[in-house]
Amino acid sequence: MADEPVSSGKKPAAPAGHPLAPLKRFTEARIGLGRFGAGLPTAAHLDFSEAHARARDAVHASCDADAIEATLKAAGREVIRVKSQAADRATYLRRPDLGRKLDAESAQALRDIGNDGGVAIIISEGLSAYAVNTYGAETALAVAEALEPQGIAPIVLAEQGRVALSDPIGEALNVRLAIILIGERPGLSAADSLGAYLTFDPKSGRSDADRNCISNIRKGGISPKDAAAKIAWLATRAFELGLTGTKLKDDAEDLLEGSAPEALPES
Amino acid sequence: MGTQEPLKSLMAKASPARSGDFLAEVAALSQEERVKAQRRLADTTLAEILNEPLIDPDEDEVSALIYEQHDAEGFAPIANWSVGEFREWLLSEAATPEAIADLKWALTPEMVAAVSKIMRNQDLIAVAKKRPVVTAFRTTVGLPGHISVRIQPNHPTDDPKGVAASIVDGLQFGCGDAVIGINPATDSPAAMRRLLELIEELRLRLGCPVQSCVLAHVTTAIDCMSRGAPVDLVFQSIAGSEKANSSFGISLSMLREAHDAARGLKRGTVGSNVMYFETGQGAALSADAHHGIDQQTMEVRAYAVAREFDPLLVNTVVGFIGPEYLYDGKEIIRAGLEDHFCGKLLGVPMGCDVCYTNHAEADQDDMDNLLTLLGVAGVNFIMGVPGSDDIMLNYQSTSYHDAAYIRQVLNLRAAPEFEAWMVEAGLFDSDGVLLPASHERAARLLGQAKLEAA
Repeated sequence: MADEPVSSGKKPAAPAGHPLAPLKRFTEARIGLGRFGAGLPTAAHLDFSEAHARARDAVHASCDADAIEATLKAAGREVIRVKSQAADRATYLRRPDLGRKLDAESAQALRDIGNDGGVAIIISEGLSAYAVNTYGAETALAVAEALEPQGIAPIVLAEQGRVALSDPIGEALNVRLAIILIGERPGLSAADSLGAYLTFDPKSGRSDADRNCISNIRKGGISPKDAAAKIAWLATRAFELGLTGTKLKDDAEDLLEGSAPEALPES
Repeated sequence: MGTQEPLKSLMAKASPARSGDFLAEVAALSQEERVKAQRRLADTTLAEILNEPLIDPDEDEVSALIYEQHDAEGFAPIANWSVGEFREWLLSEAATPEAIADLKWALTPEMVAAVSKIMRNQDLIAVAKKRPVVTAFRTTVGLPGHISVRIQPNHPTDDPKGVAASIVDGLQFGCGDAVIGINPATDSPAAMRRLLELIEELRLRLGCPVQSCVLAHVTTAIDCMSRGAPVDLVFQSIAGSEKANSSFGISLSMLREAHDAARGLKRGTVGSNVMYFETGQGAALSADAHHGIDQQTMEVRAYAVAREFDPLLVNTVVGFIGPEYLYDGKEIIRAGLEDHFCGKLLGVPMGCDVCYTNHAEADQDDMDNLLTLLGVAGVNFIMGVPGSDDIMLNYQSTSYHDAAYIRQVLNLRAAPEFEAWMVEAGLFDSDGVLLPASHERAARLLGQAKLEAA
């Protein structure tokens, strides 16, 4: 994997012959860039700019909810759209508390469905619309298929959501387990990483310690298919144990190599 | 003079606008309300501030510490100054470096926070520049005309060769004279010891006067010291209330124990400042431990904790926390200058992690601005992260290149002990200026570090 060429500014090559070049195989850090005076070589400077630009665009890009909804419906899933109380992107970024709360009309619409039990699958752009636009529908469908026996509520597309928005959504849908697929904070090396957070018996007041997480769902990380398998496994154990969170994490660690259950960066 | 209005609400309303104070619902709701609060704060006397604790000292050990530290005798001559008069004095010729330094224990964090709120960025820079704070371990940090750099060679799996490669890259830029400080991927005594021994071996091979730090929890460091690991500096994140500190799993007595243990190792050669603290506006609010106090005032209260333990380095990690606390470049720049000013006034050896995350409205240009302003203000040290990209903590800080830039444009030098080593290693000229990039010089350094055949 480390030998794969990277097309982006992720891992700029050291200038030819730089003595540190052979050490670059031990780290993704931007070492051995060379310099002119104190300044960066032009290529290294623009590599960084490009990676940052991609991350910034990911934060401010719009979620393509129409396309995601069409894909989900084409696969025979029901879809409902809701909003958090963060009215726009600027509010979302300044007020994480509002991104955790469900808009009143949305809550009513969810209650009106009259769902009872099963699993809620929620898709929200979080901090990277790229992540949900690219992997959201595919991951959701794979999870829904794997968890069909538990019963799947209509899939929820939630605008401007934080992880904890899955609590009021799960509560309004009266499900036993909520799974939110959400865009993770973009880094310079990956701007399209999707995270999945599972909460058993979702309700307002749950904390990060009550959740389990699979992060880094993307090309070059965990594929949507593999992620769905891990999510389904965690969900099945959650139903058996009647919980998610730290206790399930301890239980799962041996069996789930490669997942990052501790990463709860943006709840 | 603010008789009815609680001081903490006056201070919050007078605070220059930032997202964290809106999030906490303590900010002024209009610009005019803010300036009116600044006028009332300017008319408040330092004695009034002293006499109204923001958190009851009986319920908060940070407040208790602030009052224990207070020098009543030194304070008497300035007790009746208003905050506005205090600002004018600080800017005046009467406020010499010695005169400001003499007030170290007469000033409380709240007085310093208050005056900062009615100062422009220019004032924060001009006054901070008059108040050097010098500390030492194997290098001397904070001398006027100098700036030091922490090499931050983080790696997501603590890979020893990856870490070592980042360190040597930094050394060839003249970085590392503040500390070689690693945020470990795993917080355990075994992991900490491995990394400490890695830096120790490099240091001894190169004969380079630097100090190391692994930024694990203070209890991990205590454990490591009890097992004889080569601990130079003890790290801990700190904040401005007992509740916030306990959310970090620490107390003052724990810091005291660590400080005593590290001092006892006597590993410093030119000084015995053994603590490295990190802080940052918003830390207390994020732990719901801010007691209704604005985030900048809470930050300055953390410096009361810092100065109790004579640290070598205190680093305000200014843009790390995200846009819900500091929204954009303007807020980050303001906060960086405030923290540096307030720290220096309290006698704290302030450095700054000039940094941002990808969801903040900020970019490299904003960081160039803050770095340059802090360089002018006399900041003790900055971070050096390879290519600005911390691949373990996923944020952007200043780079080795940035460190070379700030030394170049402001004629700032490295710590003297380290500079001598750099001259001897053929990387600085005899005036302490970084020589042009050369593969030959870099290769020689790698050879000395025995990394060339890695």
